Amino acid sequence: MRLLIKNGFVITKNSKKEEKQDIAIENGKIIEICKQIDGKFDQVIDVASKVVLPGLIDAHCHLRDPGYEYKEDLESGVKSALYGGFTKIACMPNTKPVIDNEALVSYIVKKSADIGKTKVLPIAALSKNLQGKELTEIGLLEQAGAIAFSDDGNPVNSSSFMNKALQYANTFGALVISHCEDLDLVGDGSVNESFQSTTMGLHGIPETAEDVMVYRDVRLAEYNQVPIHIAHVSTRQSVEVIRQAKKRGAKITCETCPHYFTLTETACDGFNTFAKMNPPLRTDDDVKAIKEGLADGTIDIIATDHAPHHNDEKNVPFSLAPNGIVGFESAFSLSYTHLVKEGVITLSQLVAKMSTNPAKLLKIDGGTIEVGKAADLTIVDITKNYTININDFHSKSSNSPFNGFEVFGEITSVIIDGIKEL
Amino acid sequence: MKFSKDILGIKQLSKEQMLYIIETAKRMKLLIDSPNKKSPMLQGKTVITLFYENSTRTRMSFELAAKYMSGNAANISVAASSIAKGETLLDTGKTLDMMGTDVIVMRHPKAGAANFLANNVKASVLNAGDGMNEHPTQALLYIYTILEKKQSLKNLKIAIVGDIAHSRVARSNIYGMTKLGANVFICAPNTLLPKGIEKTGAIIIKNKYEAVKQADVVMGLRLQKERMHHSLLSTVREYHEYFGLSEQTLSYAKDDVLIMHPGPVNRGVEMTSQLIDGSKSVITEQVKNGVAIRMALLYIVTRRSL
Repeated sequence: MRLLIKNGFVITKNSKKEEKQDIAIENGKIIEICKQIDGKFDQVIDVASKVVLPGLIDAHCHLRDPGYEYKEDLESGVKSALYGGFTKIACMPNTKPVIDNEALVSYIVKKSADIGKTKVLPIAALSKNLQGKELTEIGLLEQAGAIAFSDDGNPVNSSSFMNKALQYANTFGALVISHCEDLDLVGDGSVNESFQSTTMGLHGIPETAEDVMVYRDVRLAEYNQVPIHIAHVSTRQSVEVIRQAKKRGAKITCETCPHYFTLTETACDGFNTFAKMNPPLRTDDDVKAIKEGLADGTIDIIATDHAPHHNDEKNVPFSLAPNGIVGFESAFSLSYTHLVKEGVITLSQLVAKMSTNPAKLLKIDGGTIEVGKAADLTIVDITKNYTININDFHSKSSNSPFNGFEVFGEITSVIIDGIKEL
Repeated sequence: MKFSKDILGIKQLSKEQMLYIIETAKRMKLLIDSPNKKSPMLQGKTVITLFYENSTRTRMSFELAAKYMSGNAANISVAASSIAKGETLLDTGKTLDMMGTDVIVMRHPKAGAANFLANNVKASVLNAGDGMNEHPTQALLYIYTILEKKQSLKNLKIAIVGDIAHSRVARSNIYGMTKLGANVFICAPNTLLPKGIEKTGAIIIKNKYEAVKQADVVMGLRLQKERMHHSLLSTVREYHEYFGLSEQTLSYAKDDVLIMHPGPVNRGVEMTSQLIDGSKSVITEQVKNGVAIRMALLYIVTRRSL
């Protein structure tokens, strides 16, 4: 199988100059990248001046399978990810039952392999049943295919447990991803603590609930000289804590999500449960800080935190609604529109944050367009705008606050292992 | 005067709308004071009270308000209904809607529940308290009661002392009173002040004597005893010392100060019995005005659809 992609602006992490190039692919691998390639190919795709990016990689999503298939399952999740331009996605273990044993890791690996298309990399639980009390079999789970370890959704409350988990995981070279949230400080909160929570009459979630835990986990990792990845950073102070830790040479990486640099807490006005998530949307100043962190490299990765919920679950009074929004199918265009078009970062930097850096973090192939490497490519039209319509999403759920948003950067094709899947 | 389908909060009401409601309530009060408490103003209309939280005065005053105007009033006991079987608010609302209900009066422990119901039913929704968000009829009856004694709220000094953070009554009052030009002073320990409350225009005063100094109106708020268990306070004794209202505290206020409280009162905690039962207290008058305000609102929202 030989495939030729013609006339694309090839963007990689280090691409300096945008120039049209052709990419020749054989048996799933890139064999040549050149200004003009001719010859005999089974399929020729003229991408007509669109940009060709290394396949997008999502380091953080929820596929709800097993247990919550009415929200999403592997099949619908993969489809949604594909339409969002993702060639690899790492899914969190807070399913029912929790992915904390080899059988369930294998279930995800095997079922997603059968589905094909976007590759699914299971993140296993750090503690049994996400209780923060007993360690999972990190070594065995990693052998079974777990790509990283996290109690995402249920923050690790015990500092001592986190300390030991970081040490133990590092025995196997396994990566720990921490959902930083002090549940004591969160209390009954359901929206950012500020004038917003006061006028909505809701208990607030203070930014300190995130900040203090980010500091704790950063220090624990630094003390033990092991890496840690901080999930969904949303506050100014979290960014600052991570920035300083990186300056000291700590092995810290972190991610944010498109909603934390495109929306503020006021998106919750009118008790809009589609804007309810955890961590909650913050203030203008936090949005500014997230952009600064993305620009100066403090924030390494943009992840989706794709979190589907059924409409029946979201169509309830605000504080009763579950946290989370779907994210695959709006992540790239929102990031491109609000970061690249606004001049916060370049397109190459965006590629780094949505492909190269996630690949590096998870120690997987991908994130570059290079001869000899697998042909995972995402092709995007950045020239014309379109309107996000949540009813067009391919996820089983449509809980997104971005309906009607005008954006640039529509995903037009996705190539995985040299096969045009979209 | 134009009104929307629902009365969800003081936030959504203009100054003119509030004054119109109060003018209407004045006429309603004449009926309450008359020997034959029956007018046809709500004839053929159905009002359902749906209370997910306990209430004596609010629920009863809505029911009586409807009955004084010949409306069909019914109430749902949450414990004995399908709600106890796990029926969602959405389904309960739709069911009531299909039964030909004109007005649903709802109290719910979750903020925004009234807004949620209003978005999902054809009936008018009157918010009788939603979580810590709003209790608009309570604020209107406060303002009405003040206006009976003072010409206007403009430049009045109104002190609200107590648990502002957990109080929908305090929030609705702050929104309404500041809209009408009053200077609202709030006094509470830091743990019972919600974040950013000063953005409403209310002024935070830490010392109760300063808060009530030269005040025209002093309002106490019920202190829920369980607050002690969440480290929001130390002891009742200390609370009363620094934030409790007594005759001695009120000696700093104006001579014609009005003492108000939304009830039910913890006598001797937020307010002494001498104050509650004293000559400056309008707490019982508030209750009667509450019925008048609710009559006015029922009349206004049902007239809308004519």
